[in-house]
Amino acid sequence: MLRTLSRVSELPIVVKQLQKNAAQAGVSKTNNYATEATVQVNRPFKLHRLDEGPETTVKLTKDEALKYYTQMQTIRRIETAAGNLYKEKIIRGFCHLYSGQEACAVGMKAAMRDVDNIISAYRVHGWTYLMGVPPAGVLCELTGVQGGCARGKGGSMHMYAPNFFGGNGIVGAQVPLGTGVALACKYKGNGGMCLALYGDGAANQGQVFEAYNMAYLWKLPVIFVCENNNYGMGTSAERASCNTDYYTRGDALPGIWVDGMDVLAVRSATEFAIDYVNKNGPLIMETNTYRYSGHSMSDPGTSYRTREEIQEVRQKRDPITSFKEMCIELGLINADEIKAIDLKVRKEVDEATAVAKSDSELAPSHLWTDVYSNNLETKIRGTIAYDIDHVSERKGVNH
Amino acid sequence: MFAWGVNCRNIRQHNMKVSVNLARGLFNALKTAPPALARSHFTYYPTTATSDKGDLQKMNMFQAINQAMDIALDEDPSALLFGEDVGFGGVFRCSMNLRDKYGKQRVFNTPLCEQGIAGFAIGVANAGATAIAEIQFADYIFPAFDQIVNEAAKYRYRSGGMYDCGSLTIRAPCGAVGHGALYHSQSPEAYFAHTPGLKVVIPRGPIKAKGLLLACIKDPNPCIVFEPKTLYRAAVEQVPTGVYTSELGKADILREGNDVTLIGWGTQVHVLLEVADLAKKELNVDCEVIDLVSILPWDRDTVCNSASKTGRVVVAHEAPYTQGFGSELAAYIQEKCFLRLEAPVKRVTGWDTPFPHVFEPFYLPDKHRCLAAVKDIVNY
Ligand SMILES: Cc1ncc(C[n+]2csc(CCOP(=O)(O)OP(=O)(O)O)c2C)c(N)n1
Ligand SMILES: [Mg+2]
Repeated sequence: MLRTLSRVSELPIVVKQLQKNAAQAGVSKTNNYATEATVQVNRPFKLHRLDEGPETTVKLTKDEALKYYTQMQTIRRIETAAGNLYKEKIIRGFCHLYSGQEACAVGMKAAMRDVDNIISAYRVHGWTYLMGVPPAGVLCELTGVQGGCARGKGGSMHMYAPNFFGGNGIVGAQVPLGTGVALACKYKGNGGMCLALYGDGAANQGQVFEAYNMAYLWKLPVIFVCENNNYGMGTSAERASCNTDYYTRGDALPGIWVDGMDVLAVRSATEFAIDYVNKNGPLIMETNTYRYSGHSMSDPGTSYRTREEIQEVRQKRDPITSFKEMCIELGLINADEIKAIDLKVRKEVDEATAVAKSDSELAPSHLWTDVYSNNLETKIRGTIAYDIDHVSERKGVNH
Repeated sequence: MFAWGVNCRNIRQHNMKVSVNLARGLFNALKTAPPALARSHFTYYPTTATSDKGDLQKMNMFQAINQAMDIALDEDPSALLFGEDVGFGGVFRCSMNLRDKYGKQRVFNTPLCEQGIAGFAIGVANAGATAIAEIQFADYIFPAFDQIVNEAAKYRYRSGGMYDCGSLTIRAPCGAVGHGALYHSQSPEAYFAHTPGLKVVIPRGPIKAKGLLLACIKDPNPCIVFEPKTLYRAAVEQVPTGVYTSELGKADILREGNDVTLIGWGTQVHVLLEVADLAKKELNVDCEVIDLVSILPWDRDTVCNSASKTGRVVVAHEAPYTQGFGSELAAYIQEKCFLRLEAPVKRVTGWDTPFPHVFEPFYLPDKHRCLAAVKDIVNY
């Protein structure tokens, strides 16, 4: 199924466009498969204080299609592996899965340039992988072993990579931080911008509004991205927010509503937004999405919504299935290629899982490393009988 | 530049040396810890209710807290209960069924906005109603810090006594739980103890939790109850079902002894009770164990009487060493009991590092570190 049922009528247009495009551009075909297609985004964008919005007709090359599919599938498998590791009690504590929301991250990443940055909350396993950490680095961080991208010192919510300022456990705190990153981009004049991600629940934190205001005053290149998955823990968006049109909540800030289950729509909106914020200052982008799992592993996720609701989204709007089917229908990817990717992804994540299970924790002496850069007192206080020096082990990637 | 490089290496070498010592202690800790690891860095010592308290019922700590709030809502029609997911019972089930019983006008969910929750609660209390606000984890209380410290604590003083928010009680789960890592484990009591105008208490189990919560709700000052989250289910006692309060500002002597005074609060009390057993068995040292219960105001008489009797005091808490509440106790004891002390007051605490993820068992002032402190202080 290419589109949700109500949009079946759009199908012929897409196919026609594809044919036209292939004919006009003389796109080469190998084995009767296209190498490029023109696609209409799933659902129209909604705009706030904007005269023009993102492109609704977008190009998709075969390479891109393969890449996005691989990325989304890898995230899904990492999350499945994480869920299993948690159930096996190998991951302890907190573990927030991103399954269902893959198209948001993959779409944004597809539009990001090398100079661009991102900061998010705690649902970041997928983002960490997209920003360059291999699946083993993600899963090892989750199991708290030294192969983790934060050496096991951060755990589920705290993963980092160059240009990725991480996972944050304090809901909303990352939004002003991202705005500060944008200020630095502007000041340095490097042409970069920052995506500051938060959820529909976090959208009600006061500091989010403080950040909007500063960003607008100073025309900062920041895209405030509200990933609206309809729930903040057990509280549905309507019960927590007086206005659930999150893209309009910035007052003077313009906003875009995006179908967050459509990777191409997210990419298109992000491309538009990157250009916009660099020229004009901040913008809010609401990606309408859904999380399949509970809030975290300790939440079965079914007490405040029905199983049918989850099932319906899985069947009708799943970002991976819908993208896969579209690519097959467009002739960009064939079933064999899909199978090959699935196998490769499964193998990579299985191997990463094995590493996450077998790798060892850092030695206890790392408890007191990297508290400060240059600890003026040199000793870490607080122990009886032990006299411990502070050690600064790692130099930040941001220097 | 070069000098710094050399310096760095020296530090590292030196560090290797001391860590052998440390590793030995840590290894012992590991060996004796049950496989569930840090989940149970303590053994729970239940309190027995005195016989004059009427009917008893077996309850864990979240049930006792639930009953306290049930009583408060029942007795006081102006009482309101709110916080993130509180309407559904809260993440730790403390407010279970209360919305059904008292209606969603009185028991409700707030959006995710701690500063707003605290400010809102202060306003409610200013207007004379009773506000019981939950901050989902003590680690999330910092967005509300300004409201609590600058508004709640100072309202009475700055209005010359015309207004106050005395009917405000804030509850927040605190402390180590075995797997909470940086943002679900902290014990921020000392930050609030630095603020005249507030009262701060920490229960060690169900009986105390219910009594303290009811006392805080009734007390005409803004109060904060930090509830050790690891005790919500693990701590089970025979709790009196009726209305009773535990006196604020009053410490409990849980075990009498003549050689060393051990002071703690919350979960740490149970660690210290076990340490007292070990000290008796292994060192033949007789420990007096005090649950401070109330951080602000704290029970100076009980503490100083005990310090004067034993001459040796060990204070233990999960929060870091520097400026932990143990610092205040140590300073005060040394000032008031100087001539009676046989050794400097010792503090066994979390380390001056962020609360760690995988290193929690090494961070906590567990029984091994506390027992080592007892050994040190008797041999001083
Ligand atoms: C300051 C703060 N308050 C509360 C929490 C507890 N908490 C963690 S996630 C969450 C819900 C957030 O929902 P949302 O922003 O929609 O993100 P989602 O989980 O849906 O991705 C809450 C209440 C926290 N981590 N930090
Ligand atoms: Mg949400």
